[in-house]
Amino acid sequence: MLSAKFGSDVVSTHSDFGDDTALVRRERIVEILSYLRDDPALLFDFAMDLTGVDYLGEEPRFEVVYHLYSLEKRHRVRIKVRLHEDDPVIDSAVPVWPGINWYEREAYDMYGIVFRGHPNLARILLYEGFQGHPLRKDYPKAKRQPTIGPEE
Amino acid sequence: MTDRIEIEARSTHLDMQAEPMLINIGPSHPATHATLRFKALLDGETIIDLESEFGYLHRGFEKESEAATWTQVIPYTDRLNYVSPLMNNVGYAMAVEKLCGIKTTERCDYIRVIISELSRIIDHMVCIGTNMVDLGALTNFWYFWKPREEVYKLIEELCGQRLTTAYTRIGGLMADLPDGWTDRVLAVCRGVIPECIADVNALLTKNRIFIERTMGVGPIAAKDAVALGFTGPCLRAAGVPLDLRKDQPYLVYDRFDFDVPIGEKGDTCDRYMVRMEEMRQSLRIIEQAIAHLPGGPVNVDDPRFTLPPKELVYENIEALMNHFKFIMEGIQVPAGEAYSATEAANGELGFYIVSRGGGGPYKIKVRPPCFPLFQGIRHLVKGQMVADLIAVLGSVNIIAGELDR
Repeated sequence: MLSAKFGSDVVSTHSDFGDDTALVRRERIVEILSYLRDDPALLFDFAMDLTGVDYLGEEPRFEVVYHLYSLEKRHRVRIKVRLHEDDPVIDSAVPVWPGINWYEREAYDMYGIVFRGHPNLARILLYEGFQGHPLRKDYPKAKRQPTIGPEE
Repeated sequence: MTDRIEIEARSTHLDMQAEPMLINIGPSHPATHATLRFKALLDGETIIDLESEFGYLHRGFEKESEAATWTQVIPYTDRLNYVSPLMNNVGYAMAVEKLCGIKTTERCDYIRVIISELSRIIDHMVCIGTNMVDLGALTNFWYFWKPREEVYKLIEELCGQRLTTAYTRIGGLMADLPDGWTDRVLAVCRGVIPECIADVNALLTKNRIFIERTMGVGPIAAKDAVALGFTGPCLRAAGVPLDLRKDQPYLVYDRFDFDVPIGEKGDTCDRYMVRMEEMRQSLRIIEQAIAHLPGGPVNVDDPRFTLPPKELVYENIEALMNHFKFIMEGIQVPAGEAYSATEAANGELGFYIVSRGGGGPYKIKVRPPCFPLFQGIRHLVKGQMVADLIAVLGSVNIIAGELDR
């Protein structure tokens, strides 16, 4: 259905393990998400989750994963977008669902994915002086950070 | 849309022009229950704006999981929602089972339902109890402590632990029920739990002080709750009847007869009422599940996922090798990705897991139910009093362990 509407912007789809999944291009992500929310046959009114995945060594390296749920239709979908390592930027989905705000901040904090147009793209779990993005695969698990003083 | 507060905002409705005051509540404050921080911008005692922060308990669950085997992650999941760890165990095990294509045994499903509902009851008890402590009604907390202790004794019999249960396994459970366990569950579910619910109900539900402290405090409209991603009792209190046990039944929930209570205004009082009724409905589910509890094994009969029996390990080289490979290399999960959603005490608990084959997860992401709730607090308390923030915070039930991970 998504392929029919957005054509080549939908790279691939599958329903492995019973989860409907679509890999889409990042250029029209906000348009696609708005369509998923508003189309009367889909009505994905809940943005349940957003996260990043780091496929280190693959190209494109990063993946942003949206999990959506429809209250009325009782179905779920997973939307994925691949991002290149040197340009990990995607449009923010906050205009579509305000509740996705903190999920995007978390993905930024943990993976360094930049959400363009996000109202307040700051670190959320870690402090501002933290160096690096800890859920990237090339971030060592035992790495220590410099000790910091109190916020000024 | 930004969740940073604007310090420049000036008070408008006071006769005397005064600077708004910025105060910090938390990160270590008796009413924040855990390590949470609020920066509240006040006009007198009215909250003009609020910024909430967390991350003070962040301990890297997801990073640690990537360096563990699939089974080794189970004890980590206990520490997510430490008030109802059994539900986290169940949610995680179901996600991995989805990826492996395992169909768990019927007895296992029934037991998982029973332990989930017991967890829901104690979770709601802690939530209501601590919420009332913040409002100065300490007695309710003590009333709810007693049944909670009884349930912990049952959990201890089940798996030897009270808090860090790690009871589920991929494809089944750690062990079958001990002898007579279901009778003791029924005794608690017919005795001390309904008694204590009735006591608290009598103390609070028609109590004028309680009503005035909670009614109309922290309300949210249904459409806002949906847009913010609320789930669980906080969403149902706003009048949206979303309950995954009914809407997308998992385990064997579709076989039980129970109701989903909903509220109207989504205020603190409604959240309390919804939780009280949910505890009674959970008791109904437990009664039915125990009445129809089937026999048979609790683990799937598949040597790829189930540890060989200990007697065999001691006398049979194949079983010993199988055991060794299990522990050292972990269960071999096929490559792929899966998202499993369960209705935890707080709302939708989701596990998104990615496997690239091999013995350990490539990626695990938890969708903690209180994450959107905590984000929504700003929306709930704007224009209310400082004391209302305390009432609202307790009523949405923030669990820092799963919020920060």
